[in-house]
Amino acid sequence: MAKRILTVDDSKTMRDMVSFTLKKAGYEVGEAEDGKVALTVLAGAKFDLIITDLNMPNMDGISLIKNVRAASQHRAVPILILTTESDSTKKADGKAAGATGWLVKPFSPEKLLELVQRVCP
Amino acid sequence: MSSESEGYPLAQFRKTFFEECAELLDALQSNLELLSNGSGDGETMHAIFRSVHSIKGGAGAFSLGALVAFSHVFESLLDAMREHKISVAPEVMQLVLRASDALADIVAAARNEQPLAADFAADIVAAMEEVLLGAADAPAPVSQPGPVAPGVDLSGERRYRIAFTPHSEMLQKANEPLLLIRQLRKLGGLVARVDSSRVPPLDVIEPEAAYLSWVFELDTGVPQSAIHEVFEFVEDDCDLKIEDISIRAVVAPVADAANPVAAVAEKTPDAPVAALTPTQSIRVDVDKVDRLVNLVGELVITQAMLTEQGTLLPVDHYPALIQGIEALAQSARELQESVMAIRAQPVKSVFARMPRIVRDLAATLGKEVRIVTAGEMTEIDKTVIEQLSDPLTHMIRNALDHGIEGPDARIAAGKPRQGTIHLSAAQRSGRIVIEVSDDGRGLNREKVLAKAQDRGLVAAGAILSDEEIDNLIFLPAFSTADVVSNISGRGVGMDVVKRNVQSLGGRITVQSRFGAGSRFTLSLPLTLAVVDGMVVSIGKETFIIPLTAIIESLRPQAADIHPVVGRGEVLALRGEYLPLTHLHKCFAIEGAITDPCRGIVIIVESESAGRVGVIVDELLGQQQVVVKSLEANYDPVDGISGATILGNGRVALILDIARLREIDGRTDAEWRADRQPKIQHAAVNVREETPHAA
Repeated sequence: MAKRILTVDDSKTMRDMVSFTLKKAGYEVGEAEDGKVALTVLAGAKFDLIITDLNMPNMDGISLIKNVRAASQHRAVPILILTTESDSTKKADGKAAGATGWLVKPFSPEKLLELVQRVCP
Repeated sequence: MSSESEGYPLAQFRKTFFEECAELLDALQSNLELLSNGSGDGETMHAIFRSVHSIKGGAGAFSLGALVAFSHVFESLLDAMREHKISVAPEVMQLVLRASDALADIVAAARNEQPLAADFAADIVAAMEEVLLGAADAPAPVSQPGPVAPGVDLSGERRYRIAFTPHSEMLQKANEPLLLIRQLRKLGGLVARVDSSRVPPLDVIEPEAAYLSWVFELDTGVPQSAIHEVFEFVEDDCDLKIEDISIRAVVAPVADAANPVAAVAEKTPDAPVAALTPTQSIRVDVDKVDRLVNLVGELVITQAMLTEQGTLLPVDHYPALIQGIEALAQSARELQESVMAIRAQPVKSVFARMPRIVRDLAATLGKEVRIVTAGEMTEIDKTVIEQLSDPLTHMIRNALDHGIEGPDARIAAGKPRQGTIHLSAAQRSGRIVIEVSDDGRGLNREKVLAKAQDRGLVAAGAILSDEEIDNLIFLPAFSTADVVSNISGRGVGMDVVKRNVQSLGGRITVQSRFGAGSRFTLSLPLTLAVVDGMVVSIGKETFIIPLTAIIESLRPQAADIHPVVGRGEVLALRGEYLPLTHLHKCFAIEGAITDPCRGIVIIVESESAGRVGVIVDELLGQQQVVVKSLEANYDPVDGISGATILGNGRVALILDIARLREIDGRTDAEWRADRQPKIQHAAVNVREETPHAA
């Protein structure tokens, strides 16, 4: 069965690009535009990996990670955060909150796939 | 993602990105507005930061270097502001506003693929960097990641020893040791030894704790940094020691991650929970909505046809059928309204730009002006909104430049120093009414009239009502400014505004009191897909005249009709002479009434052609019609702006009244001979494209 990945980003451009690349590689992809929506989606379906942006309205990526790690059926699921190279403190914050790894924007489809396969083969 | 991978729809993503940029810039603008007038809250600054951050994030994906570089510095500034490292002082605010303008310009340039000057906004960047440097612990300047080192170290293969002891946190963050080992194995020959001595007896084992540790020996040609990369995500959550053991004498730099830098405290505040539940929304291609609008149009036409047929049935024979038809009519109407509502957007997106224009312009003119907006959430068709920006901007600039006086003049006139412009929107009886009012000097009627007479726009000695005088300012080439300033007197005047508004099916009027101010009122249709039309007949043909163009209709007396050599006939109406247009001649229709005194003359007005009387046989009634573009169905026909299907299933063409007078003036027989078949063709074509049309 195809692995299911949830991409969380308030930017449709980003969601589209992530989703396109992953779908083409055979993954099933769900989308959410902020942390709150992501939690709702996660409550209703099982995912094998979560890829989340950090800066989002309503609920940011850090809070999302904390929520997922605190108590949910997804607490052991890998979570990748999307950051920009200037966000070195963000990486640390994300890690501290429980992120599995990070992906630095901008990234190529190849880089994205390589990373996804690395944490969720 | 800059990759050119096969099938990767980069152009599509790019389009989405720029659509998103437009929204982000709008949001940025309105939030900056909130911030600068002090009505923002804690979330406002975060939202401002996010807008710029999102633009930067996307820009990187499309290799828009200039945009990335600029938004990076801008973002750093905003970040420092939201972290309270820099206070929101007026001069910082001014800088942020300038930066947001520059950002919009850079986005526009990127979208249009226009190169920017190398030093574009360099002053703003420099100013921002200076402010950032002044901050106590400014974020590090731009650090572009260096190119990733090529995978192979030419110095040959080396042997590394890697001691690896995961902490429990590593597992809790879903990092699997097994995956890391597989990753290592890809780098070269790997020998792994596991130390399981710390695994406790089964009954005390903690399922989420880490008990194993490993020592690897890796023979590889890749540089040591590649090994570190494997452990990139877990460095803080394990003990890791990597040694180069190929040359024993030299101890390779040891990366000791055993003592991670003091764990970063969880200082990131949780995002404040928004008080309001955000409106859930989806993004839909406009084409899809347009198709829906079209389909609903078809449905409404079919329903109108059924209703008409229903009236022919004896009521007592088919009560259920009649009832069904009535229910259908109700649902169709509601469906149509709902679909139109999809295209509707709040006018906020246009209104939000105005405070900025006012502030900048007021500063330029040395005036003190505030703008008060109301009814921003009033919704109107997207196509109308897009075309509303220009006329509105022009009116606001006009109010500032010509309406509101300088502070001294205002005080002398007993007014507050600061002028006020009110901008409001409201929905009234199926139309949107937008008002722009100011408390400035108002229109000087004497001056307006004198100027109009001077330019021959009004006959000397003509008596005009106050309202008529005020509305003279909408005449082409009328400008009241004594000095043509570079603000609003760029050779375009209110006539352009009026033309823009009319092209949207709208009307504009002005009310003014000398010394007290002016109020411009714009009335716009909710949508361009439906027009209110007058159904008229000419011979056997049926036409629609847009209601907004109609001034009045009448049956003239023979004494009022005067032939004019070379210009056909004119109608004398209350001292004014209006040219008459015979529609049957324009469209080569046979069997129409040719004597204006036996038909009906409808006085229509258009900006380019002025007032014209058109002669029709009969008025059949007024109705809302769904506009079908002729261009989509057939070649455009001069004098016709569109078509619709009436309740009886017949096609009716919608007249382009601005063109009628000119068409009537054409006399060459060949051109005329071509008209009839062309019109017929258009009608047939619309019919064929439309199911259910008779």
